[in-house]
Amino acid sequence: MEKGKANIDYQNKVITIRGLEKSFGDFEVLRGIDLDLYQGENLVVLGRSGTGKSVLIKIISGLLKADKGEVNVLGCNLNTITEKELQELRVRIGFSFQNSALYDSMTVRKNLEFPLVRNQKGITRTEINTSVERVLDAVGLLHTINQMPSELSGGQRKRIGIARTLILNPEIMLYDEPTAGLDPITCIEINDLINEVQQNFHTSSIIITHDLTCAKSTGDRIAMLLDGQFQRVGSFDEVFSTNDDRVKPFFEYNFIQ
Amino acid sequence: MSTINKSPVPAAKKGPSFKTRLSNAFVTLYNINNFILRFFRQAFVPPFEFKEVMRQCYETGVRSFTLITFTGFITGLIFTKQSRPSLANFGAQSWLPSLVSIAIMRALAPLITALIAAGKVGSSIGAELGSMRVTEQIDAMEVSGTKPFKFLVCTRVLATTLTIPILATYTGFIALLGGYLNVSVNEGTSYTTFMEQVFEPLTFVDFVASLAKAIVFGFTIGIVGCYQGYYSTKGTEGVGKAANGAVVTAMFLVFVEEILIVQIAGWFR
Ligand SMILES: Nc1ncnc2c1ncn2[C@@H]1O[C@H](COP(=O)(O)OP(=O)(O)OP(=O)(O)O)[C@@H](O)[C@H]1O
Ligand SMILES: [Mg+2]
Repeated sequence: MEKGKANIDYQNKVITIRGLEKSFGDFEVLRGIDLDLYQGENLVVLGRSGTGKSVLIKIISGLLKADKGEVNVLGCNLNTITEKELQELRVRIGFSFQNSALYDSMTVRKNLEFPLVRNQKGITRTEINTSVERVLDAVGLLHTINQMPSELSGGQRKRIGIARTLILNPEIMLYDEPTAGLDPITCIEINDLINEVQQNFHTSSIIITHDLTCAKSTGDRIAMLLDGQFQRVGSFDEVFSTNDDRVKPFFEYNFIQ
Repeated sequence: MSTINKSPVPAAKKGPSFKTRLSNAFVTLYNINNFILRFFRQAFVPPFEFKEVMRQCYETGVRSFTLITFTGFITGLIFTKQSRPSLANFGAQSWLPSLVSIAIMRALAPLITALIAAGKVGSSIGAELGSMRVTEQIDAMEVSGTKPFKFLVCTRVLATTLTIPILATYTGFIALLGGYLNVSVNEGTSYTTFMEQVFEPLTFVDFVASLAKAIVFGFTIGIVGCYQGYYSTKGTEGVGKAANGAVVTAMFLVFVEEILIVQIAGWFR
């Protein structure tokens, strides 16, 4: 399942990170991250549990603050950004949470409408319905529109979570473990969905995963987070053509059993 | 292997020292202060979440309605019954309605309502927001460019502040109904006579003070519940703590405020 050719603009960077550091108490999680995300690219971030992958994308979306280093997203410097600018920037970034984070007191329809009506003033009822149906159709779950999140399966919740971010037409998508805990067939569906989103919505994405099939089928480039830094970055084959004991087990566990 | 057995004797577990606890208390106070300021900065600026405020008002009312009706009625009934012998000693049974009315309208109605609402509404606000925090729903609102504070906190605090005075008024009348029932059975007082005697001793200050109390209690219950939930620490344990903390803190503050407001109202009498 090799990935097809994507339409990437290597002249144009949507995210630049230089020397990013982040600690919690004495625990240094990120120790000098350098990263570029190009326009239209899918970048896969691999790494062991607890290496700070979720922390990295939370910093990119402004949920956490960096201790040190420069983070530039869509031309905005996150160190100097104001509250209002951050809110405007966030509309342009889609964040798919590790546990979906659907609003469980609302139906699927209300979940999708929530960000839409609050960000687009004066939008009409017809426009809202059209948008909701368009993104639900894109994730193939139009029939769940009136269900509550508690009535959905894990895979469906993930897809509704993705739909909820797509409704604002984001320029950047951040996926936190989109295939974790799902069966192989659903995983393939999610992988295809990520690629369709890249093509149809023209997004640049960061995909966090442990799943190398997902990495291989969605990633244009792979970055491996080791000891708080990106130590191996490149195509799938480049990253795994190594004897590094910290890298090899990922490959062996996923493909040689 | 060697790393596992590095420290065979676990360090003795000590609670935080008095100094850290004291500084923590001040930090909490500062944070609550900020939380309240944030409420006033955001609650009255458009766009308003009018529908959600209404929904929360309804929730607040529905959650405490049955218990308040029951408690209010029983309190009025029992209070009247238990006060009778003391008054009878002086041959002053005819003052019973006035006594009951003062006790209920000045003190009991707002207090009972607030305590019940703290238990029913405050705890569920704490648990609700706590679980939204833990399951990253609040983060999800934040990253989609919406204002979770406004949608979740402002609406709930407005709802409790508006609803609890209404509930307190209702509690007052239900308690008076309980009192009337007892008086009419024992003394055969008519409804009109009873009501005349009920309103006779009450002054304007009493109404204002009771209303002020109920508003302050409502605000307190909302703010405390939201604060506990909104900043609950990660983990499911945090949800329980938020719910419990909301009830305990709100009840404590309600008593403190009761004392303060009674003092202040005393100056105007
Ligand atoms: N808000 C926080 N407060 C304190 N520590 C945190 C916080 N968020 C994350 N950490 C710590 O940072 C480390 C990295 O966490 P993170 O969630 O980024 O891991 P991850 O790489 O996403 O792992 P996984 O693959 O299991 O999701 C963890 O050890 C965690 O304990
Ligand atoms: Mg994670």
